Amino acid sequence: MTERWQPVIGLELHMRLKTASKMFSGAASAYGGAPNTRACAVDIALPGVLPVLNGGVLKMAVAFGIVINARIAERSVFARKNYFYPDLPKGYQISQYESPIVEDGQLEIALDDGGVKSVGIERAHLEEDAGKSVHGAADGMTGVDLNRAGTPLMEIVSRPQLASAGEAVAYMKKIHSIGCFLGICDGNMQEGSLRCDVNVSLKPAGAKRLGVRAEIKNLNSFRFVERAIRHEIKRQAALLESGGEVAQETRLYDPDLDATRPMRGKEEAEDYRYFPDPDLLPVAIPPSLVDEVRAALPELQEQMRERFVRDYGLSQADAVQLTASPEMAAWFEDCAGACGGGPQLAANWMTGALSAALNHAGIGIADCPLDARRLAGLLDRIADGTLTGNTARKVFDEMWRTGAGADEVIAGKGLAQISDTGELAAVIAEVLANSEKQVAQYRSGKEKVFGYFVGQVMKATQGRANPAEVNRLLKESLEKAD
Amino acid sequence: MNIEEVIKLARLARLKVGDGEVEGLGRDLSAILALVKRLESASLDDVEPLAHPLDAVQRLRADEVTEDDRRDAFQKIAPHTRDGFYLVPKVID
Repeated sequence: MTERWQPVIGLELHMRLKTASKMFSGAASAYGGAPNTRACAVDIALPGVLPVLNGGVLKMAVAFGIVINARIAERSVFARKNYFYPDLPKGYQISQYESPIVEDGQLEIALDDGGVKSVGIERAHLEEDAGKSVHGAADGMTGVDLNRAGTPLMEIVSRPQLASAGEAVAYMKKIHSIGCFLGICDGNMQEGSLRCDVNVSLKPAGAKRLGVRAEIKNLNSFRFVERAIRHEIKRQAALLESGGEVAQETRLYDPDLDATRPMRGKEEAEDYRYFPDPDLLPVAIPPSLVDEVRAALPELQEQMRERFVRDYGLSQADAVQLTASPEMAAWFEDCAGACGGGPQLAANWMTGALSAALNHAGIGIADCPLDARRLAGLLDRIADGTLTGNTARKVFDEMWRTGAGADEVIAGKGLAQISDTGELAAVIAEVLANSEKQVAQYRSGKEKVFGYFVGQVMKATQGRANPAEVNRLLKESLEKAD
Repeated sequence: MNIEEVIKLARLARLKVGDGEVEGLGRDLSAILALVKRLESASLDDVEPLAHPLDAVQRLRADEVTEDDRRDAFQKIAPHTRDGFYLVPKVID
């Protein structure tokens, strides 16, 4: 049914910028906190206060503009967006309307079929966030927490050039990655650090003219964006197929029902009566500032991925996993740099045991109970033959549980590998003495039974026997007795 | 400016306008718009849009936290507070 209709999708993303202080005041910008403890006189709009722009915010927007090859305005203007709501104490939000900081950028996204698509970014502008209303707080009144009021947001508006839910998610993930690797966004979706409004319309396949669009507000996960768009495409197609019309309206996505529904009509909500904020002078962005930001740009995800393949000799798959976040990548470089076993050993353990343990605990690398140097210490003991793969895993589990260093665990648990010829020979002699049947089988030419002897030796040594030594000594003993 | 437009503007600005005032306000606003409209005849080809009357640019602040928590002081003058929240009449989304 939907082949007859081409979806046309545009995204408005709100990226919360990772600053110490707010956009126009010196109050702390960090997420959370007891209600209203991070809301100063400017944020709660006491009379007589004046906003002063945070220079860090400006540089973050410029950095983003450079990365998406956009035009960066030399002069940018803040405007008042007027509406009344209790979590907006001034009665207006300071935003940008004409002359945004960033205009006309491009972003390349990877498609499922292996191709690449360039998506236009119409503009990115700065605006302050509103506070939060808590309904049913007390006595049927609404509680207002203004900690979030005035925290800096960058609104990134794509052109309507995305053709599917998958493309929209790929685009959003790319923006997320840029924000994280530039260090301008903490990327925490649960805390609303990247929120998405989606515009969806359908047009008959091949048609030039766009259809009527519906906007879906405030989606804060990749999965919800994908599902909301899929649902909305289906809804609009069914409507158009049956001869109906799509209403231009704002809808909300309900994850429980996996459906969108119209928002209660915000009366005249589009009529924000923007005008330049007389409290704020125009912002000058001289070429020298752009050059300064450009010179300080950090490595982005793709560059880092390529470097990991080139310099550390990692596979593409390992490089992808280890550059999933800047924290992960830094952890790897820390570990690989400190580890005598080489980067591949570090990569194997990070993508294997460490990732499994992190997933199991449901935490990210930032909250890892081990630090990179500790894991490197464990890997050193594998590289120098103190540990077998098997016992290393036991040591790792113990280190994860207690936070102790590898050597401490090895000594405490007696887990060091047994390579001593005399000690191993004694174990082997015992194993062979207790396995008359298998020894006979081996001697009659059934060499497969060799694995059984290795298994018995490992069992007797709790996996601590040096496998190469065990192989050598076993062969020797079995041949000697011939 | 007709009556509907005056009523809509008043609602957007949350201004209470009495029934008897609407017509007069409409006349006054129309007259002001007519005056402003005369500006449209001026040639603006060489004029940059003006966002602020002062010929200056915005001073920037360093990204530092300079404000401490003064919630208790601020909430002394608020009509209703509880558990750190400012309380307002119930808002229905």
